[in-house]
Amino acid sequence: MSDADRIDARTAEAGTREPLTGTLIFERGAEESRCVEPPVLDVPSVDLEDVLGGHARAMAPVLPHVTEVELARHYEHLASANFGVDSGFYPLGSCTMKYNPKVDEWACRLPGFARIHPYQPEETVQGALELMWGLQEALAEVAGLPAVSLQPAAGAHGELTGLLTIRAYHTANGDPRRRVLVPDSAHGTNPATVAMCGYEVVQVPSDERGGVDVAALKRLLDIDVAALMLTNPNTLGLFDENILEITSAVHEVGALAYCDGANLNAIMGWSRPGDMGFDALHINLHKTFATPHGGGGPGAGPVAVSDALAPYLPGPVVAQRDGGFAFAYPERSIGRVRSYAGNFGVLVRAYTYIRAVGGDGLRDISGQAVLSANYLKTLLADAWPVPYDRTCMHEFVMSGGPLRKSTGVRTLDVAKRLLDYGIHPPTVYFPLIVDEAMMVEPTETESKETLERFAAVLRRIAEEAAEDSGLLHGAPYSTPVRRLDEAAAVKNADVAWSPGDGSER
Amino acid sequence: MYPKELKYDREHEWVRLDGDVATIGISDFAQDQLGEVVYVDLPSVGEAVSTGESFGEVESVKSVSELFSPISGEIVEVNEALEDAPETVNEDCYNAGWMIKVKVEDTAEVEALMDADDYEAYIAEEA
Repeated sequence: MSDADRIDARTAEAGTREPLTGTLIFERGAEESRCVEPPVLDVPSVDLEDVLGGHARAMAPVLPHVTEVELARHYEHLASANFGVDSGFYPLGSCTMKYNPKVDEWACRLPGFARIHPYQPEETVQGALELMWGLQEALAEVAGLPAVSLQPAAGAHGELTGLLTIRAYHTANGDPRRRVLVPDSAHGTNPATVAMCGYEVVQVPSDERGGVDVAALKRLLDIDVAALMLTNPNTLGLFDENILEITSAVHEVGALAYCDGANLNAIMGWSRPGDMGFDALHINLHKTFATPHGGGGPGAGPVAVSDALAPYLPGPVVAQRDGGFAFAYPERSIGRVRSYAGNFGVLVRAYTYIRAVGGDGLRDISGQAVLSANYLKTLLADAWPVPYDRTCMHEFVMSGGPLRKSTGVRTLDVAKRLLDYGIHPPTVYFPLIVDEAMMVEPTETESKETLERFAAVLRRIAEEAAEDSGLLHGAPYSTPVRRLDEAAAVKNADVAWSPGDGSER
Repeated sequence: MYPKELKYDREHEWVRLDGDVATIGISDFAQDQLGEVVYVDLPSVGEAVSTGESFGEVESVKSVSELFSPISGEIVEVNEALEDAPETVNEDCYNAGWMIKVKVEDTAEVEALMDADDYEAYIAEEA
């Protein structure tokens, strides 16, 4: 079967989307085209060279010259080439690509939130401060940890902030200690955070049930250990059955327990990291509280900590003062980690989400996320094996190992083929402890029909692999671009436009 | 899968000694575990490498892994073809997919590495 035949034969379902070969914005339009007309000059004209001397530009900047409709079509074309959770099913495990309710977008665009300035006097932005205070309170309640800083701008930034706080705490007690323990199923950001904080990374193995190997953990714990960084539920989508024993063993040597809150969306309203014995937690607002992400943010990674760590939090935090709200700086703060008040627009969205669904709603959301993941796992059970197979939380990790052995088709090929069915692939090759891993997180908002269709598509792809493995090696066929050289795109980035002679079109 | 004339180390590099020049690459097991190789970052000719130390990186669709030198010496040649065709590492790891050539300080170091049978037993144990 030729590639062309495959494209004809195999794109019927998704349809072929417009290829991304249009001209760049710089190559459209004409010199005389304008989108906006500048207003008539109503102040005295100034000779730029007189004023700027040698700093005046010798030539006009090379800007696009397009009409409004050309501009609109340019962005519409780019948008149509994109894929988001509003376009289709997006079960990208670990990333939690939840649907972002439109009410959040409405709220953050309210002029009282959108058109304020961070240098405005506090008495003129009391509503915004009250919102931040309310969010701190709500997050503290979900976390089971009393003090919150909304400063960090992303999950990994929250990790860094949390661990710096722990380091400051140990240092104040006379010794920052040397090592931080990280399980082998951890997000890659965990060991990176440890190294950034000047600690040595020590890996803790998983046991045969996919949790922390408690005996191994205990062997690694001593008074040189500053903290354990643990994701619970973990990256296999499993709740650690020994969590209380784990955190108490950590505390016994004077170390602290840090919770990577990436998977908080599975447990909010059901169990609280503070109650599990964790001392610090970061919360990915863009995951658990459904604010936009993907394509680079902005995110928000607030940190919640125990009373003992509270004095070290980065400021400003919002406090109640004289019947109103004001920025405050914790007493022994590690300092700022972000300019101004963090990613405020994201905070507004998260607060809106929390208030729109309420406490019971948050609990229902976690419950539904877990139910959907387990339903999907069961639907796929006979076709796609799950190592560490027990009741999962909000996500589960399948292995493409057997498929690869029988057909030579790898998980990457399966992921690419899913695109032809209009589905964003799950996370692949993570966590590293599962061979040919495919990590599926359906999220709570998908219908039973969507889950069933996804299961049917994955079964069909397994059949395709057996019938014609070449088909899968060549996928996708229907997307605006096919398989890209992602490594070259990063290593030899070409992001600046320069005028060409037209021959490259 | 593991040519008899080569030597292997525990980090899954192979070594082929020719006089005092050792050619180094990664084993079939390593390329298979990595998956599709998309980038190979190699050092420059003239640089020194030491036993057990990193001499470069290999990036696959799964992960970025360090390359560890099984021996000490000076780099005399680098496989520049891998820059444009990193997938050669998957396709022909023992020949066209070689990575660096090193003028070795002590050929006994090469002799001390695992032979193909030992290496095969070693990876059977690891897997």
